[in-house]
Amino acid sequence: MKRRELLADAARLVCGVGVAGLALGLHARHAKARPPQAIRPPGAREEAGFLAACVRCGLCVRACPYHILGLAQPEQPVALGTPYFVARSGPCEMCPGIPCVKACPTGALDPKLTEIEKAHMGVAVLADQQNCLNFLGMRCDICHRVCPLIDKAITLDQQRNARTGQHAQFIPVVHAEACTGCGKCESACPLPVAAIKVLPLELARGEPGKHYRLGWVEKDRAGGSLAAPEPKHEYNLPEGMRYELGEGLSKDEAASAPLPGATPAPQGAPRALQGDRL
Amino acid sequence: MNAAVVVPRRIGADAVNAKGWWGAHRWLLARRAVQLAVLALFLVGPWFDWWIVKGNLSSSLTLGVLPLTDPYVLLQTLAAGHWPQRAAWIGAAIVLAFYLLVGGRTYCSWVCPLNPVTDASAWLRRRLGLKGGAHVTRRTRYAWLATTFVVAAASGTAAWELVNPVSLWQRGLIFGLGAGWAIVAAIFLFDLLVMRRGWCGHLCPVGAFYSLPARFSPLRVVAGQRERCNDCLDCVAVCPEPVVIRPALKGLGGAGPVITSPNCTNCGRCIDVCAVDVFSFGTRWHGDVPLPAPRAMAAAE
Repeated sequence: MKRRELLADAARLVCGVGVAGLALGLHARHAKARPPQAIRPPGAREEAGFLAACVRCGLCVRACPYHILGLAQPEQPVALGTPYFVARSGPCEMCPGIPCVKACPTGALDPKLTEIEKAHMGVAVLADQQNCLNFLGMRCDICHRVCPLIDKAITLDQQRNARTGQHAQFIPVVHAEACTGCGKCESACPLPVAAIKVLPLELARGEPGKHYRLGWVEKDRAGGSLAAPEPKHEYNLPEGMRYELGEGLSKDEAASAPLPGATPAPQGAPRALQGDRL
Repeated sequence: MNAAVVVPRRIGADAVNAKGWWGAHRWLLARRAVQLAVLALFLVGPWFDWWIVKGNLSSSLTLGVLPLTDPYVLLQTLAAGHWPQRAAWIGAAIVLAFYLLVGGRTYCSWVCPLNPVTDASAWLRRRLGLKGGAHVTRRTRYAWLATTFVVAAASGTAAWELVNPVSLWQRGLIFGLGAGWAIVAAIFLFDLLVMRRGWCGHLCPVGAFYSLPARFSPLRVVAGQRERCNDCLDCVAVCPEPVVIRPALKGLGGAGPVITSPNCTNCGRCIDVCAVDVFSFGTRWHGDVPLPAPRAMAAAE
């Protein structure tokens, strides 16, 4: 009877703790889903790694001279006790010494980040092109002008204003590889609700296929075309005729001699270009 | 024929009669003072811009040089798959060395900010005469301690810190509590109505963790004058871990007078409430030295 009680007690303990552990595990899974408005301090590891490393001590909060960081409270939809800021209400001022990263005792904020310009807290996205004043043809330009990496992270690209037909549009374009995600642009956007927003990288950025190669990049890297020698451009003309821009169509004496047949295709050219008699 | 009216004796009343109110609350007041002082060290920074200690009990930096890190939190990050930086390791080593010396669960009764809450709950439970309630084994906390590491490893996050009321409470007091008060209130009510000494005595994995180094610590409560014990049982009534007292007090199985259980929190309440001064702070080697002749017996002769 005694042993039976002991076994029952042990079973109770294991089951009770197991159920609670399961609940905690599920909660931990949900806690990884951070709302996009909550931005981690500079140098923060990706969210799962950050939640492993952060001990919620708040030393980064104390180190921030602009008091933009806060620790998540239980009613906030961010993992309890972890530091974050909201760009719209208080963007990162990008201190050159990055005191928040230096204060972190565990490395949840990666100490390898030594230049704040290389931070990627998120990436600005011009989310609402219908309401952005520059898209409407005005010269707001505020996001561009407040950007700490002006003309690198945000450029103004001139375009023709198709609506008026006679004006220019200056389109703010974010260059994700340069954007630190500081949120200055979102904070400064004069609309009641910002048209440009900082989003977490994983939400904002796409990813090319692993096998994709950009031809022009590869060509620059190789110093020349990697495909077969580029075929000389030719017009598809009646035999014995030639065409020059401006001069127009004329009779080609040189080509008319070896009849019939097309000019021999250059060596190594794709078969599709070797005349029409395949 | 004067029938004595039996008035239920208040716990510690004898001690107050014998030693006076201050004498019977000495260690309790010392404890509250230390708890307040620790909290104040963290609070004078944000309140008065006087930065002695930055951070909280999970990890802190004192006067810009001394790092202190909770070793339990550090081990959770390790279990979650993160190798912490050196500052955190040094801080955890200092904290661990300190609690190896003074007894791990000294943290619980002298530092933890949740202790006054659960102590208040226990006090109210006694005053209201609430008995019974749910019961689980005190080993539950060790099972839960192990589970927090398992969940940390499985989820890749310091999962317990997503809910841990101990760190939530202190962090909340310093950095903003938000709705955290509800969780603390829930623990108060749980201890009051559901389970006697439920949180600190049965469930809290932080206390369970700190009891591990306590196995080796020299600072102990000693029932050095146990011959004087008059079986009033006030010590057991106020003790947050009542099972730790009996072996030393009664010499069960030939036990010495030193309370050796790693779950004794060194709170000193037993010293306070004992009218005949059975207990005192001493060292774990106290039992080896010959005891002085009990004063009570000498006085009786």
